[in-house]
Amino acid sequence: MSEAAFLLSTTVNGEPVTVAAPHHWTLLEVLRYKLDLIGSKQGCDKGDCGACTVQLDGEPVLACLTLAAHAQGREVTTVEGLGHCHGGCHPLQDAFDRWTAAQCGFCTPGILMSAEALIRKRGRAVEHTEVAEALAGNLCRCTGYTKILDAVVDASQQMHPAPGKE
Amino acid sequence: MLRLPPFRVVSPDTVEGVVAALQQPGARLIAGGTDILPNLKHWLDRPEVLVSINRLTALRGIVRDDNAGVLRIGAGTTLTQIAEHPDVQQLFPSLAQSAGCVASPSIRNMGTIGGNLNLDTRCRYVNQTEFWRGAIGGGCIKSEGNVCHVVPKGRNCVAAMSSDNVPVLMSLQAVIVQAGPEGTRTVPLCDYYHADGTRHTHAKPGEITTEVQVPLPTSARRTHYVKWCVRKSIDFPLVSVALRFDLDKDDVSATISAAHVVAGVLGARPRQVRKLDAILGLALNDPKVAQIVSEAAFKQCKPLANVPYETAYRRRMIRVYTRRGIEAMVNAG
Ligand SMILES: Cc1cc2nc3c(=O)[nH]c(=O)nc-3n(C[C@H](O)[C@H](O)[C@H](O)COP(=O)(O)OP(=O)(O)OC[C@H]3O[C@@H](n4cnc5c(N)ncnc54)[C@H](O)[C@@H]3O)c2cc1C
Ligand code: SF4
Ligand code: FES
Ligand code: FES
Repeated sequence: MSEAAFLLSTTVNGEPVTVAAPHHWTLLEVLRYKLDLIGSKQGCDKGDCGACTVQLDGEPVLACLTLAAHAQGREVTTVEGLGHCHGGCHPLQDAFDRWTAAQCGFCTPGILMSAEALIRKRGRAVEHTEVAEALAGNLCRCTGYTKILDAVVDASQQMHPAPGKE
Repeated sequence: MLRLPPFRVVSPDTVEGVVAALQQPGARLIAGGTDILPNLKHWLDRPEVLVSINRLTALRGIVRDDNAGVLRIGAGTTLTQIAEHPDVQQLFPSLAQSAGCVASPSIRNMGTIGGNLNLDTRCRYVNQTEFWRGAIGGGCIKSEGNVCHVVPKGRNCVAAMSSDNVPVLMSLQAVIVQAGPEGTRTVPLCDYYHADGTRHTHAKPGEITTEVQVPLPTSARRTHYVKWCVRKSIDFPLVSVALRFDLDKDDVSATISAAHVVAGVLGARPRQVRKLDAILGLALNDPKVAQIVSEAAFKQCKPLANVPYETAYRRRMIRVYTRRGIEAMVNAG
């Protein structure tokens, strides 16, 4: 291993991973080009679009502006790991499908990661305005956002049904 | 795809370790990375080593210190933590506002207050790829060239101090703690910046900001932060004004005893709006207050063509946003 690389030990989607990475690589580059996890997208590559959003210890962050070294010893969750506890398909992914909330789909992985964190933190069904705030860093060029907001609200209601409602 | 230039990363776990690591030639500090990494991706610098404060847990957290009369905010505290902290929301609402309106939620989860106070100055001729800069004839004073495109005959860089929190923390008379090879010192934030876009802070070589101390209010007051930007999120401010009015009692009809108004996004140093004596003794909800303060801000603040939008329009927006900010404060009661 050259001096320019280091051993990154981290957990990715629940699996411990150790991989040699150049010091100057971002987490996004390690995910996409070392681990073949190409769900997280490389859009602007400088913080403007949110397509690369992943979770670090459960918090949404931009993988394109996270040094790989900053993921040392931490838990990374990407869109590939989203459905793990839900038999492969997360209620958000199901709702995006039903609402046609993905068109070209480039923004979708990042949006799912921001939306999942919101619903988990609130622990209840969420409203359109708070979804819009939570997704304020995720650009979508296709859908006009309406269907995305509807899908996230719907998924949160599926996950947290109102008492007395079937 | 924007590639970073090659560098090594070291992550000491003590302040002393960070200060020592910064002694290496070509070393630079990285906190959240949301400012330095885009700049490095634009090849504006090629540091040999990035010294990360990622493992410095001691720099994180917010503590109310009643004995010293300050709220202590560790430099590694994220903007999300500041915006959501109950003491910040209750004691310093304008700071909760400014921290909560930076960029986007994910960037606020990463970006720290230390990085925000030391944010590099910004300019539409410099925050561009190397290729773009080459296309306008090889950059400018702040990058690889020797001219300024904003002030064509100027010898100084006038890139804009674009942090949302700096004007607010200046209006709150915050003090920062700097740790360096010669020990620690405190600096009032109002004295930390100077008007040179290539080196806009008085940080000494190898120094790091470890803490922000915000004096607890000693009288009733109203504070507010206004920011104009193109979209409601992600964007840096094009005009920003921090407002603070000290009052003789806790009501918007109370008399103003002191005023602190600071405008950002002008040159490399935020401007403290002066000559506000005419409002001292007036009630905050007297319509003359908004008129006098917004007119003073308009007269004293002269935006430069360093960030997008026409300067004449931005200047008018300073007046508009200052007035609206004061009206919002009054309407909130
Ligand atoms: C798309 C986008 C939009 C943005 N919009 C805004 C905005 O609207 N408003 C705004 O204010 N900012 C904005 N930012 C800039 C940035 O996200 C924030 O200012 C953030 O708080 C910077 O903190 P950081 O920890 O990420 O800094 P870093 O990038 O880690 O560091 C920034 C600079 O400060 C230095 N530094 C970091 N920590 C310290 C310390 N403790 N002591 C001394 N020096 C230090 C670094 O060496 C570097 O030069 C935006 C960024 C992006 C990518
Ligand atoms: S103000 Fe002038 S020198 Fe400074 S970054 Fe802009 S163009 Fe370059
Ligand atoms: S690719 Fe990371 S924000 Fe656009
Ligand atoms: S679906 Fe195409 S960018 Fe959002």
